Amino acid sequence: MNNKHRKHYIRLLSICTLLAMLLSLSGCHGSRGMEAFQIPESFDTSRDYEITFWAKNDTNKTQTDIYRKAIEDFQELYPNITVNLRLYTDYGRIYNDVITNISTGTTPNVCITYPDHIATYLTGVNIVVPLDGLFADSRYGLGGSELRYDGPAREEIVPRFLEECSFNGHYYAIPYMRSTEACYVNRTYVEALGYTLPEVLTWDYVWEVAEAAAARAEDGTYLVNGQKVMIPFIYKSTDNMMIQMLKQKGAGYSTPQGEILIFNDTARDLLYTVADHAATGAFSTFKISSYPANFLNAGQCVFAVDSTAGATWMGTHAPLSDISEEALVEFETEVYPVPQYDPEHPLMISQGPSVCVFNKPDHQEVLASWLFAQYLLTNEVQVAYAETEGYVPVTSKAQGSEQYQDYLSRSGQDNDTYYDIKIKASRLLLDHVEDTFVTPVFNGSTSLRDAAGQMIENVTKSVNRKETIDEAYMEKLYRDVSSLYRLQNTMQTTSDKRDLGALPPMAVALLAGLGITWLMIGAYVVQSALRNHKKRQNHH
Amino acid sequence: MKKSFIATLALTLVLALTGCGNGGNGDAADSAQDVKSEGVMTYAEYEAAALDTQVVIEAYVQAKQSWWENQATVYAQDKEGAYFLYNMACSEEDYAKLTTGTKIKVTGYKAEWSGEVEIIDATFEIMDGNYVASARDVTSLLGKDELIKHQNEFVSFKGMTVEDAGNGSAFMYNWDGSGEEGSDLYFNVSLGGNTYTFTVESYLCGADTEVYQAVKALEIGQTVDMEGFLYWYNGVNPHITSITVK
Repeated sequence: MNNKHRKHYIRLLSICTLLAMLLSLSGCHGSRGMEAFQIPESFDTSRDYEITFWAKNDTNKTQTDIYRKAIEDFQELYPNITVNLRLYTDYGRIYNDVITNISTGTTPNVCITYPDHIATYLTGVNIVVPLDGLFADSRYGLGGSELRYDGPAREEIVPRFLEECSFNGHYYAIPYMRSTEACYVNRTYVEALGYTLPEVLTWDYVWEVAEAAAARAEDGTYLVNGQKVMIPFIYKSTDNMMIQMLKQKGAGYSTPQGEILIFNDTARDLLYTVADHAATGAFSTFKISSYPANFLNAGQCVFAVDSTAGATWMGTHAPLSDISEEALVEFETEVYPVPQYDPEHPLMISQGPSVCVFNKPDHQEVLASWLFAQYLLTNEVQVAYAETEGYVPVTSKAQGSEQYQDYLSRSGQDNDTYYDIKIKASRLLLDHVEDTFVTPVFNGSTSLRDAAGQMIENVTKSVNRKETIDEAYMEKLYRDVSSLYRLQNTMQTTSDKRDLGALPPMAVALLAGLGITWLMIGAYVVQSALRNHKKRQNHH
Repeated sequence: MKKSFIATLALTLVLALTGCGNGGNGDAADSAQDVKSEGVMTYAEYEAAALDTQVVIEAYVQAKQSWWENQATVYAQDKEGAYFLYNMACSEEDYAKLTTGTKIKVTGYKAEWSGEVEIIDATFEIMDGNYVASARDVTSLLGKDELIKHQNEFVSFKGMTVEDAGNGSAFMYNWDGSGEEGSDLYFNVSLGGNTYTFTVESYLCGADTEVYQAVKALEIGQTVDMEGFLYWYNGVNPHITSITVK
């Protein structure tokens, strides 16, 4: 975790928007793409294969070591398959590079990705391999008879996680790891403020305690920590914040078909609430302030919401830390699900990496890729990777394994492998799998997700700048965000279409190129028709 | 389309890489007094401005870190102090004009992220004037509170000793060794018994730059002189642009 993450994170929002638009434009205009993948009758082991695997890690060396070991172990089983690893530290960068490489026909063979991203890849023809047939193949499919490893059967993949990889009527990925968000709480401060932590955190409770924690002494220091800095509530991924709030409220976000519903009155009310608490200094975000973990561990935050896959950074004794020893403050950390509106029916996002397989002209190569992708679901890989963070294995086979159960049972034995906050974060998801949800996946869903977070970021930033947050502001915010993320023209929307202004030069060039191509195709078709007509006349 | 797109990417890369070495000459090209236009803050006024307030400054580009889709990240400096212009609105055409020394007038908001004071949500216009800052030797300020006054400046460190990066080698890809060629390089250097972590930021100086390759060739125990920008991330985190083994 370092400043570089922010640079990627923010920058890629715009990269992805542009590239996704370009891909969707180019994908819609008649490219025939590759031949659809057909499962070979058998895997040809007389040949050598070299495949590429683009993997994402959390800037965590243990995770990269696990990938490397998985590759070594796999290559021992399949000596004719060489796997070349390329490492990434964020999903957006992978998405960016995949889109760029689709246009040049140089996609990786196997890739860690998000289903939202796959939906964009699918605008190309036969780019991503649908996995339904491979799942079911009795020899090379899930739990297949010809596999040289003990992979899970289909029914051993947690159904909810597997379903997240299904869209447009097909499975386009397999889940690799799953996480959700957690609220890491400084219990010491909550109790010092006179509050008792409830069984379930509600939004009202968090806002109330956060406001109490924002109280200052006359000298400007905060009463709760005696420091000059205190941001009581910090949210890392504001896209998730808005998505979960809307879901918990039963409000619109999008339909599965891509109709945009987010610009609604509930969202507006939520933004007013965010503005109120930003105004008192009770709330901020990662993009505006920095990593929640840094503030939490320095005793400058009470509620830090971040992924369960960020648990190793959370708490006084966190094995990973970006702040100096002198800045660390001793406190007791609690791990909660994200705040809720209805404590009886908690709802939280399901997230985490999935794996897709890209199509290639050589179907044997695709089969080799699938064999490797499936290997990532073996207990050895699943358990080892899950232990690196607050992840959860995606198979019941791995979750129920003796090794994983032993790992969970040793919570708190040390501040490294068995770091209690990390294992509590994993247990949080294990206990709430049925309370998780994902947002609809369609071409453009990535942009919508970005827009959801941007609205919270903009409102918070505007409040910090003493701008007035009123109905006029909200109207403009909706217009600006809708325009920025091209929500009007990349998918259906419930709001009126608006003028986007002049197209950028590259888009103009692209469209001109497409127009010329269509003209040439048209000319060719007309010419061929004339020739055929003449031929038929001659035959008669 | 493919060609123009690739050309755009290539141009972006080339432009991003020009940050390395540009500031290394250390020649003041314009000795004229640094007079601010009307309505423009002096550096002292900028320093005194509260976070989240609008600021208007004039400064000279010292290095370009990155550009993508009309946003540029730039180190700039006037004769009093330095500025980090993060994701400033900038067309590709204008980015090409931002050569080292170019004078710009910037309007944006003062912000802080993990200790790094920067100007965000900014726009700019190119002005007449040119100034290339000499690297200020801040070696003696390492470990002192005074160092932060030079945040974002083009600085030099002299006579420091290369230490183990934590993996038995003189450098690591990423902070924990989890990266690979093209990732940021992290390395430790010491002076007077204190050790500091320095970085080759891969956007500022990528894998094909001299400094990137020079850091990869470092050996523990060597004495080095370095130049770079005084970036901040929860403490000083210099992003170096050149290194010389003594």
